Amino acid sequence: MSETQDELLKTVALNGEHVTLGGRMVPFSGYSLPVQYPTGIIAEHKWTREHAGLFDVSHMGPSFLLLNEKSGDPQRDHEAVAALVEPLVTGDIRGLQPGQVRYTLLLNHEGGTRDDLMIARPADPAWGGTLYVIVNAGTKELDWAHIAAATSGRATLNRSDDCGLLALQGPDAVAVLSAIVPEVAGLGFMTYRSFKWNGTTLVISRSGYTGEDGFEILVPPESAPALWNAILADARVKPIGLGARDSLRLEAGLPLYGHDLDDTVSPIEAGLNFAVSKRRREAADFPGAQRILSELSGNLGRIRVGLFVEGAPAREGATIVDEHGTGIGRVTSGGFAPSLSRAIALGFVDPRHAAPGTKLQVAVRDRLQPAEVTTLPFVPHRYVRKAAS
Amino acid sequence: MTTRYTEDHEYIRVEGTTGTVGITNYAQDQLGDIVFVELPTPGKKLKKGDEAAVVESVKAASEIYAPVSGTITEVNLALQAEPGLINTAPDAGGWIYKIALDDTSELDSLLDDAAYAKHTA
Repeated sequence: MSETQDELLKTVALNGEHVTLGGRMVPFSGYSLPVQYPTGIIAEHKWTREHAGLFDVSHMGPSFLLLNEKSGDPQRDHEAVAALVEPLVTGDIRGLQPGQVRYTLLLNHEGGTRDDLMIARPADPAWGGTLYVIVNAGTKELDWAHIAAATSGRATLNRSDDCGLLALQGPDAVAVLSAIVPEVAGLGFMTYRSFKWNGTTLVISRSGYTGEDGFEILVPPESAPALWNAILADARVKPIGLGARDSLRLEAGLPLYGHDLDDTVSPIEAGLNFAVSKRRREAADFPGAQRILSELSGNLGRIRVGLFVEGAPAREGATIVDEHGTGIGRVTSGGFAPSLSRAIALGFVDPRHAAPGTKLQVAVRDRLQPAEVTTLPFVPHRYVRKAAS
Repeated sequence: MTTRYTEDHEYIRVEGTTGTVGITNYAQDQLGDIVFVELPTPGKKLKKGDEAAVVESVKAASEIYAPVSGTITEVNLALQAEPGLINTAPDAGGWIYKIALDDTSELDSLLDDAAYAKHTA
């Protein structure tokens, strides 16, 4: 966003912690954030896959949308607030169970993606008529203005991006967080609720952006350093910067907004069909429904694929060509996969070249390198499908 | 033996008319984990400032320029299997290529130890 260029970089509540830990601070979405700590991206990446990594994602956009006039009946109020948001997104928001978190897409009228986001329904009936909405850092001002305008007079959007937002990810995440907040072990994948910790309220979801089991924790800014340090005191946890966050999500095949998703890319082109809920397809009541339903029936010009790349990493913007040397697409995210010790990429190609096993090439520094379409994710997800209870 | 540096953080260690080129410890620390190195072809002639090699970190690709004009005589093939040598031993096992200098007087325009230390201070 152009207006942020002239502004000073914003600092997060945990800025002092990052500096103390030796984080290499870089500008990202208008914030100063650590791209890595002294151990480096590869060590941080592998630590997260093997143990638990702690990420500061406070630059993101957590918010709460509250129905203005509640009936007092939690189900009715949920349906009322869901009805305000559903015209903007692809997901079945009305059908969310108490405590359920859903990945969905905010679309423009052409069916392009304004943002990918999480929308959740509070578990506590006292919060009926509220939605917990978490959007991306780079798009949050536009998203919130869009949601606020569409729900104006009927609901109120409260941004909570002054809070700390931490992510604890990896196979040891549940053991680590349970030692601090015992009840979190009972959270199922893609559910959330509020917990008390040291006299403050934590909003914790079992979710993440690494492909591993883990949690995302919203904490008031004044409590963020204490929580960060309490988690980090566990020897199974190391702090992880934005560099490894990107390599982890790339291996997990998860799109990054502004790269693999933008306002021209539809959910179907992005391979996110699951995010267009069945009920919404049948009702065809979301922005760009005509295009998206047509794409679902097979009229698709491009589709997101995963590529194994031989040799040098193919970076964003690299041209993808078929075996005859004809350009058929473009890399949107590419790099080195520390867990696989090889180059991987996400990109968009003509659907005729999208079958796993298809041999393609990528242009790196004006030379063609072999690449092969592969199924996503590159590294299997290890989400917890049921609560440990 | 003389070591000189470019402002772009390449070093060249010269013995007689042959130089060994790599990136400095400062540069490897700034780049982070090196995951791929594109080496030049022995026999290739380069002018001072030409792109000679590419080192790729997890995040990005960086060009390595020729600090002097000359002909590539040898490349460090060990980097193909172990690019991380640039991180662990940039001025020893992590050297990138050797070059036969066309004109040793080009070294005069490069930074010496003191000047490079000041440049990275």
